[in-house]
This record gives sequence, structure tokens and C-alpha cells, in this order.
Amino acid sequence: MKKNRLLFLISLLLMVGLVLGACGTDEEDTTEGTEDTTDTTDTEEGTDTETEAADFKAGMVTDIGGVDDKSFNQSAWEGLVAFGEDNGLSKGSGIDYVQSANDADYLPNLNRLVQQDYNLVFGIGYLLAEAVSEVAGQNPDTNFAIVDSVVEGDNVASITFQEHQGSFLVGVAAALKTESNKVGFVGGVEGDLIKKFEAGFEAGVKSVDPSIEVVSQYADSFGAPDKGKAIAASMYNSGVDVIYHASGGTGNGVFAQAKDIKNADPDAYVWVIGVDRDQHEEGVIGDTNVTLTSMVKRVDIAVQSVSQQALDGEFPGGEVLAFGIAEDGVGVAQTNEEAYTAEINDAVEEWKQKILGGEVEVPATDDELAAYLESL
Amino acid sequence: MLDVLQSIIPIALFYSAPLIFTALGGVFSERSGVVNIGLEGLMVMGAFVGIVFNLAFVDVLGAATPWVSVLVAMVVSAVFSSIHAVASVSFRADQVVSGVAINFLALGLGVFLTKQWYGKGQTDMVSRPFYSTDIPFLADIPIIGPLLFQKIYLTSYIAIIAAIVAWYVLYKTPFGLRLRSVGEHPMAADTNGINVYTMRYIAVIISGALGGLGGSVFALTIALNFSQSTIVGQGFMSLAAVIFGKWHPLGAMGAALFFGFAQSLSVIGAGVPFLADVPKIYLTIAPYLLTILALAGFIGRAEAPKANGQPYIKGSR
Repeated sequence: MKKNRLLFLISLLLMVGLVLGACGTDEEDTTEGTEDTTDTTDTEEGTDTETEAADFKAGMVTDIGGVDDKSFNQSAWEGLVAFGEDNGLSKGSGIDYVQSANDADYLPNLNRLVQQDYNLVFGIGYLLAEAVSEVAGQNPDTNFAIVDSVVEGDNVASITFQEHQGSFLVGVAAALKTESNKVGFVGGVEGDLIKKFEAGFEAGVKSVDPSIEVVSQYADSFGAPDKGKAIAASMYNSGVDVIYHASGGTGNGVFAQAKDIKNADPDAYVWVIGVDRDQHEEGVIGDTNVTLTSMVKRVDIAVQSVSQQALDGEFPGGEVLAFGIAEDGVGVAQTNEEAYTAEINDAVEEWKQKILGGEVEVPATDDELAAYLESL
Repeated sequence: MLDVLQSIIPIALFYSAPLIFTALGGVFSERSGVVNIGLEGLMVMGAFVGIVFNLAFVDVLGAATPWVSVLVAMVVSAVFSSIHAVASVSFRADQVVSGVAINFLALGLGVFLTKQWYGKGQTDMVSRPFYSTDIPFLADIPIIGPLLFQKIYLTSYIAIIAAIVAWYVLYKTPFGLRLRSVGEHPMAADTNGINVYTMRYIAVIISGALGGLGGSVFALTIALNFSQSTIVGQGFMSLAAVIFGKWHPLGAMGAALFFGFAQSLSVIGAGVPFLADVPKIYLTIAPYLLTILALAGFIGRAEAPKANGQPYIKGSR
């Protein structure tokens, strides 16, 4: 009996580890990746003699989401394709991607691109930070770029976003939309990154009307829709009518709750603000939509611009690039025209100009937020 | 106080419903003597099938879509769980290993097929999930009505009714007696003319159906789409509820409801006057802490069915 229970516990532990490890395992990915890369090798071999002159190759390694994830990876690849179009490169000759089926693939995938003489290799997503750091250290002649994280090294460009600026703008939109003068923020895991969203959002709301109350709550997970739904339910119950979520998959629950309320009472006044990409589709219910707008990170623009710089010989190695609204690196989605009215858009534009003009310094931490609110 | 209850109860109910269904599945399987670590995988399968069927047939079935989706998810998961039954009952494989295999297979298959069919890592959101409703008449009762019968998912009530039905089946019918006897002392049961293998097959397949039900209810009330991170750990929570509930259907239901309440309390806590001053971290760990306390202090020894986890070999002593 004792032994049984011990066995059970051990296997449970192993199980959890294995399941986490197996997340997103997909045979197709690996085969596709291999095929793609063999293609590249073929063309490379074929054109070996003539490629020495103007040869520039940029590749990217996806995280486990895959290149068609409708999010970061896809956006990054679109940026690379746009860069390719500008410079006469296409997939397999000049630009390429390799998909990762699981966390263990990052290192080999990065190495593979390095060995195929890629001049610039992107790691998409913070999950690849460690792998990029290691490979970059071993290959000082290749340039690397990491998206959404910071890696030190003279040959690595760190692409980050000024999420607080985008969050500020959606905060302005939320403040104009709320009727109850109470708005909510649902965060994934508390930390410096998500703090930027929260601080920027609250600053944006209070800039429009300091009397609006901002309620914040963290789900302590980016993948707990049940908790997201519970938090959203409790917030909407307490009178909040606009919720901004920066919580990945947890946000699904926020959308589910808003739609449920909308279904019970079509006149209910509830809104969700999406994050990272335009989450218009998530908010559809019947003929209406609960997605007011979304804070969009333009990974494509960042990737395209860094690639161009590298091609022009101005690769920003060792720098931490912060793409903000000045570079169009963050923005506000305008797909829900019914809810996101022209007035809101005008106000958002106005504040955008103020940020661009330096009149408003958007806070990114709790301390900065406190100072900012003081100055209002 | 009433407002607080009014916000806690609906949240606890929708949170618990998938756990109750799945835990009931676990009770059936383990009562017959087959350990079912595969509950997580069965939930994944249920969530996947529920979402895919809903997306595919929403134009044809209209308002009935979520209900039919759930039924289909039950059937598919029941068939899927028979893999576990064949391996652990007929081939006498280690039941834990076979359960682990179920978990792998379900997740891998779900994610792989999603990529194949939809060309991306996650499906679209379903346009016809379950919505909460007011129960007619009952919702008008003062005090109790708003607390228990307004803006509630019907699936939550079905879960509670299912638990009562499961208790009746397991404890008040000949079938239930046989099923339990097979899990306690298969040789004695065999001597009395009960077909141990058939009983265990039936029990595992029932657990598959209930696990699939739990998974699809989770997907269609909470997540609304399927991806590799739709079901993460709910199956293991249900397994915990089975043990916490002492392998009894009503106990398992109580444990699942308890998890729901604890979770809901931790979320609501921030907005409740007398809990607002408690540091956030305590509210976050509260559900887990309460579970440990309850396990250690109140329920006493949890005694598993005697033959749980042991394959039955006819004629052996």
C-alpha cells in the first residue's frame, strides 16, 4: 500500500513534468522545419559561387506557438516577409523561419540557422532569451535579435516594446467609454513586464478623469481562463464596465464572462480591451462585439526595421530597442467602429500627440505612476 | 453579506461543474479497481471534441449546438478511454503508465489535429457556448432565488444532479454493488459469478464519458476555444477531489465544490470589506492551504478501494 502510494506520487510528479514538456508537441512542425531548411541548403549549395557579393540572409526561430499563431510569431514572420519584399528576398532564399515544437528545440534551431550562414537570426518571444544568449556567445560573427526580452552581448539586439504607452492610450479610451466611472485591469503574473501595462493603463484613465476608479487584479497565471472568468465576474458585479486584460490565455475567461453577461441582457454595458494583437474576433457575440479595442504590439514593424538596419550595416548590436508609439511599435486597434467612436479616436490621437511631443511621460512602474498621479 | 454570497456562489458553481463531472468519472473507475490518472487526458479529449464539433455544426444545429457537442464529446471520450481499459484490464499493464499514456495521447492528438484542421495553434472561439440563465420560478424566491438560481449555468445543476445519480447507482443498485465489489475483492466477486473484466471495462468507459463531459463543459463555459493550454491541471484537481472525497460520489462533489468556493473566495476577497485588508498573497494561497488543512484535519483517513491499481488475473490467489 505504502509502496503504491509512493509510486503514485512519483509518477504524478513525472507526469506533470512530461505534460509540461509535451505542450505543443507537433510532429508536423519538425518535419516542416526540416524540409524548409533542407530546401535552403539546396539552394545555397546550388548558388554557392555567385552568392558571395550581396548575400544577406535573415531567419527567425519561433517559440512553441508556431509561425501561424495569429500572434507574435506570425506577426514577426509577416515583418520578415515585408522586409524580403522590399529587398527582393523570399522564403528559402534570403529569409526563412524554423518552428520549435518544444522548449528543447530552441538551441538546435538557432544553431541550425547559424550554421547555414544566416547573417541575422531572430528569436521570437522571451522564451528564447536563454538560448539566444548562449548561441550568441558562441557565434560572435552572427547577429542576433530577441523579441520581448533583453539579452546582453555586442551581437544581440533586444527588441522590447513600450507597452505602457499603448496601455496609456487604451486607458484613455476606457475612461471615455465608462459610464460607471469604474474600470478594471486583469493581469497575468505580477512582475515588471505586466506592471508596465497596469501603470500605463491607470495613468491613461486618470489623465482623462482622475475621479475614475481603477480596480486591478492578478490571476497569477497566463493560462487560467477559469480564474480570468471569476475575476471578470466579480469585477463586473461590482460595477466595473470596462476591463483591460494583459493576461494571455487567462483573458479568454474575461471575454467569456463579458459575452455571457451580454447574452443574458443585450443592453448590458460591458466592454473588454484586448492585448498584444487585435482581439476583435474574441469579442463577437451575435451581431455585437464586446471588444472595445486592443493594445497592439507591432512585432512585424520591429522585425522589419531591425532587418533593414542590419542589411544597411547599421545593426544595433548590444542595444535595447524600445519600440513605442513614435516608431509605430505599439498602437490601438480600431476594428470595432461601433463602440470605438470617432470621439474616442480623436481623444486618443490627441493624447498620442502629447506623448510624442514629450508633454506626457507615461509611467511604467508603481513609483512613476504615483509621481504621475501626483502631478495631475 | 448577501452581496458577497451572491458574487461567490455563481463563481464557485461554474468553477466546480467541470471538476464534479470529471471527479465522478474518477470515482467510477477507481471504485472498480482501475486507477485513472488519465482524467486530465479525458478532459482534454472532451474539450477538443466539444469545441471542434461546436464549430463545425453550429450552422446546422442552432441553439442545440452546445448540448449536442457535449454529448458527442462524451461518446468520443468514452471510446478513447477504452484504450485505457484494454491496456489496464485485458493486458494488465501498469494502470498508472497507461493513464499517463492517455494524457499524452489526448494532448498530442488534440493539438496536432487542431493544427491540421485549422492551420494554427488554437481554434477559433465558438459562437454558441453555454450561457448562464435564470431558472424559471425558482429564481423569484426571495433571498435563495438570487443566490442560487439567477445567472447560473444549467451545467452546474446537472453536475450536482449527476453526483446524486452516481451515488444512487453506486450504492443503491445491484450494478453499483457489483462494481464496488470488483474494486474491493475481485476474486470474491468472480467466485460469485460477477464478470470482473466486464465490470471494469464498463467503469472505465463511464469514467471516459464523464471526463469528456467535464472537459467539454469547461471548454464551452469558460475557455470557449481549444489550445494546448485549455486544460492544464483541472484533471489532476479532479483526481484530488476523488481522493479528498474518499472515493464517494457525494464526497467528490463536495470536494469539487469546496475547491470552487476556495478559488472564488480568493478572487472575490479583494472586493470584500472584511477581507480587503488581508495581503493578496494569502488570498492567493488560500485555496491550497484550505485543502491541506481539510485533508489533514477534518476528513480523517482516506481509504482507497482495496484492489485499486491491481490488475485481476483469473484464478490467481
